[in-house]
Amino acid sequence: MPSATNENGVSESSEALQEQIVDQEMADGEFEFEGEIDPNKIQMLPGASEDGTAASFRILQEDHTLGNALRYMIMKNPNVEFCGYSIPHPSEAAMNLRIQTYGEISAIQALEKGLDDLMELCDHVEDEYRKAVEAGEYSTFEP
Amino acid sequence: MVHNISAQRNRVGIEHDRVTNVSSTDFPGYYPGEDQAWNIDKFKKNFKIQISNLTDLSSSFDLIGIDASISNAFRRIMIAEVPTLAIEYVYIENNTSIIQDEVLAHRLGLIPLKANPDYLRWFKKDDPDIEPTDYDTVVLHLSAKCTANPSSTPGTTDPKVLYNNANVYASAIKFEPQGRQAEWFPDGITAANPDILIAKLRPGQEIDLTMHCILGIGQDHAKFSPVATASYRLLPTIDIIGPPMTGQLAQKFKSCFPEGVIAINSKGEAYVKDARKDTVSREVLRHSEFEGRVKLGRQRDHFIFNVESTGAMTPDEIFIKSVQLLKRKCQILRKFDLRT
Repeated sequence: MPSATNENGVSESSEALQEQIVDQEMADGEFEFEGEIDPNKIQMLPGASEDGTAASFRILQEDHTLGNALRYMIMKNPNVEFCGYSIPHPSEAAMNLRIQTYGEISAIQALEKGLDDLMELCDHVEDEYRKAVEAGEYSTFEP
Repeated sequence: MVHNISAQRNRVGIEHDRVTNVSSTDFPGYYPGEDQAWNIDKFKKNFKIQISNLTDLSSSFDLIGIDASISNAFRRIMIAEVPTLAIEYVYIENNTSIIQDEVLAHRLGLIPLKANPDYLRWFKKDDPDIEPTDYDTVVLHLSAKCTANPSSTPGTTDPKVLYNNANVYASAIKFEPQGRQAEWFPDGITAANPDILIAKLRPGQEIDLTMHCILGIGQDHAKFSPVATASYRLLPTIDIIGPPMTGQLAQKFKSCFPEGVIAINSKGEAYVKDARKDTVSREVLRHSEFEGRVKLGRQRDHFIFNVESTGAMTPDEIFIKSVQLLKRKCQILRKFDLRT
């Protein structure tokens, strides 16, 4: 293979990288995140209310997958008056999220709570699924 | 009939020409005086997973007590965002088969590969200065040359007997470990299904090519999708209203559903035996004698998932990865400080 490999075919950086991969796996039991995160991944759109209780966000490289799930979690917050998302144009990989609260919390706080709740939910779903796989109460032949 | 109000809310109604009560209503403020706020303990209490089937290639499981927006996210991630390895670059040294280079390259790309993607990093395609390395690219090689088989009996017409290598299958693809890849992939990297036909050759024709495989996601190209299908349906419900149906009526009622859905008890009354088996054909709603006697529906928070893997990973790995990826999306957004 070209570059980064010497004449023995061993990549000089592979050893360090492999350790990194293993470390990461041991740290969180998940596969690693790759690539740099776009610094503009999430932006607050102009036109937010002065007190910050109503705001719109633009999230790049996201679609209905996160949009609808996050909308649901934010709407579950009793302090939130309104939450909705839209994909303004199908050829732009961006999702707009609108949050309006009743005034007790800011839109940013509502977004953060939504994200935290969704992460907590994912953890529980994963745990339950692993338990169900381990319990082995299912058929293992091709239906 | 469902008398419990909260159970009734979780029913999607199915009429002969439309569906009713489709939207979730479990939000704070929707029902006066009820606490519908998100509560992880409440969720943990109600949420259940039942796996009914799990094999190397397919799985069927139920997610119960979760909203459609979340289970749909899992489904979408399984199809489009779980990374797998696939052939992306094909360097053709020789191709004298009748299949054109570009068609052959496309066919090769679609072959599902059995490899653990966790040991690879992303190959940065858009950077023209980046060269492939052993931690982001897997090299495969395919060479096959067709020759006549002199020992075949005269009069034979089967090309597989007449010639050697008349058919080139995915099993002919050979893994060429680079760097420490032999350690990371001790079982090698092979096609998930060795019997995929790549090309047909005749004596004198030859294929000789090198392939570079990289990580990708289904969003970019369907060849990277780890699933053949990932879908869910809502659990069907059938409620018989009013006095029990007996005799001829019960028989007709039973015949409106697939085998095993409706049964008739010792008193000759029709009862719902297994609504899960119903295909929700709505045949029963076409007959006037059952008007007002039956209510068809679906349980809004009971998802019956069906996942078929392409063979790259097992279905349980795919589902777990979809859950982890949804969490990762949140983690990434959580890293940003919007308050400044």
